[in-house]
Amino acid sequence: MDEIVQFENVGLRYGTGAETLADLSFTLFPGSFYFLTGASGAGKTSLLKLLYLSQRPSRGVIRLFGEDAVTMPRERLPGFRRRIGVVFQDFRLVPHLSAFDNIALPLRVAGVKEKDLEVPVAEMLDWVGLGDRSDARPATLSGGEQQRVAIARAVIGRPEILVADEPTGNVDPEMAIRLLQLFEALNTLGTTIVVATHDIHLLSKVPGAQMMKLEKGVLSDPTGSLLHPPLPKDQLR
Amino acid sequence: MLDLFVIPSADRRLIPEGRLSGPMPWVIAIMIFLTVLAAAAGLALAQAAGDVSDELASRATVQIVEANPDSKNRQTQDVAARLRGLDLVQEVRVLPQQEVEELIEPWIGSQELSNDIPIPALIDLKLTRPAAGPELQSLRSAISPLSTTARVEPSSSYIAPVITLIRSLQWTAFGLVALLAIATAAAVIISARSALNTHRETIDVIHLLGGTDRQITRLFQRRIALDALLGGLLGLIAGTGIIWLISSQLSAIGSGLVQSLGLSWYSWLIIAAVPILGMFIAMMTARSTVMRALKKIL
Ligand SMILES: Nc1ncnc2c1ncn2[C@@H]1O[C@H](COP(=O)(O)OP(=O)(O)O)[C@@H](O)[C@H]1O
Ligand SMILES: [Mg+2]
Repeated sequence: MDEIVQFENVGLRYGTGAETLADLSFTLFPGSFYFLTGASGAGKTSLLKLLYLSQRPSRGVIRLFGEDAVTMPRERLPGFRRRIGVVFQDFRLVPHLSAFDNIALPLRVAGVKEKDLEVPVAEMLDWVGLGDRSDARPATLSGGEQQRVAIARAVIGRPEILVADEPTGNVDPEMAIRLLQLFEALNTLGTTIVVATHDIHLLSKVPGAQMMKLEKGVLSDPTGSLLHPPLPKDQLR
Repeated sequence: MLDLFVIPSADRRLIPEGRLSGPMPWVIAIMIFLTVLAAAAGLALAQAAGDVSDELASRATVQIVEANPDSKNRQTQDVAARLRGLDLVQEVRVLPQQEVEELIEPWIGSQELSNDIPIPALIDLKLTRPAAGPELQSLRSAISPLSTTARVEPSSSYIAPVITLIRSLQWTAFGLVALLAIATAAAVIISARSALNTHRETIDVIHLLGGTDRQITRLFQRRIALDALLGGLLGLIAGTGIIWLISSQLSAIGSGLVQSLGLSWYSWLIIAAVPILGMFIAMMTARSTVMRALKKIL
């Protein structure tokens, strides 16, 4: 199976300090479910930023969907970003837009006609259990509700990769499990999932998920002898 | 070009529409108001200078200085008759003695007049076209056999300094128009940057969801175009109001030079185009400001 993401000796340095990420080399395969773990400050968010093209690495090679994402001209980035859904650690909902309009945002950006987006957005609101909060602004939603809007926005465009940064950080354990089930459902539809979390208990909730562990900006076992080394899904079990 | 104005409805809902937001429309209104006044002044002065110099260039005066009243009158009649026969000359008017004395009186005083000082005869000429040196020279050579003292003066020579003054006022006005255009662009740059800052988070999100620079730029361009159009129309209305007031006061004075300060229909067209040009400058400035700022974000 062709890889969907490939990092080779990737390093990231903010400003002039030490490298926040160093010598990252790994491969992600389509249709797999990955957890990215590590203590707070280990560099999980930084790694995901490289993945969702919010940041260019200081060195190394990143290949996304088979293309070099590091030297890619700026004009081509939007097209690639539309193939990646992101749940940001801080949600990044647009404050002046309703829940409906926030979820519709990726479709509108992609130029979907208004009449064609009403049904899918309404369905998505139901799917995350917010069917009755369609007109609510983010400020009037609870942390967990905002998180679900953020997740709905990340998946509405049927991305090939879903990247979620601490998506269970603001919800109770019950809701956390429900969200993970949501991701699993997407995963069975073929979406590659990457979930960053510092909560190791989550890992056991998704059977078959693979794990990458960051320690101070380095993958703690670059040779692949991890507890659950990343493998193509079809080679598991 | 059309896509500058037509924003897909999908894009329109990304950033809240500005309704008379901030000082921008008012700043543009003031700019356009001043521009309209400066442009009107420049155009009126240009027209006045043109009219006056055309009018004067097709006029000339023949002066005959002769002490003996009889020979002066004879020479004047001969010269007038000769001039009437020329192609270049459309109208000849010999000024009556009375009129000449009235012209001279302010310089000499009425008592001494007509006795001691010889009063020249004046012939006012209207030419068929504006005439310069060589053609006036042909007039001179045509009449010099009839009167040795006859002098032909182009009327424009008296008023040349006034024309120069009008022209420099005119260029000052047009210079003001150019400065106001630059100031408008500068105001738009500041406003676009502050709008970018205000919406920075939203822009980042739209970027990360795959929005293009063009989509984001169009939104700002449209907001600023609307602000500029609104402000521009306000400025135009206020400006034309003032022009109308001033021109009706001027025509009440109603004499010579002042009367030629009217605005032709194409001057009015240019003035009406000022807000549209202002909107265009605003839009283009906003576009390049936003584009340049976005290029700095990945
Ligand atoms: N934009 C930034 N500029 C400078 N340093 C940063 C920036 N973002 C993160 N860092 C630093 O990089 C390190 C890793 O942060 P982060 O990737 O957020 O870790 P995690 O998500 O695992 O908590 C931290 O030391 C943090 O201070
Ligand atoms: Mg983080």
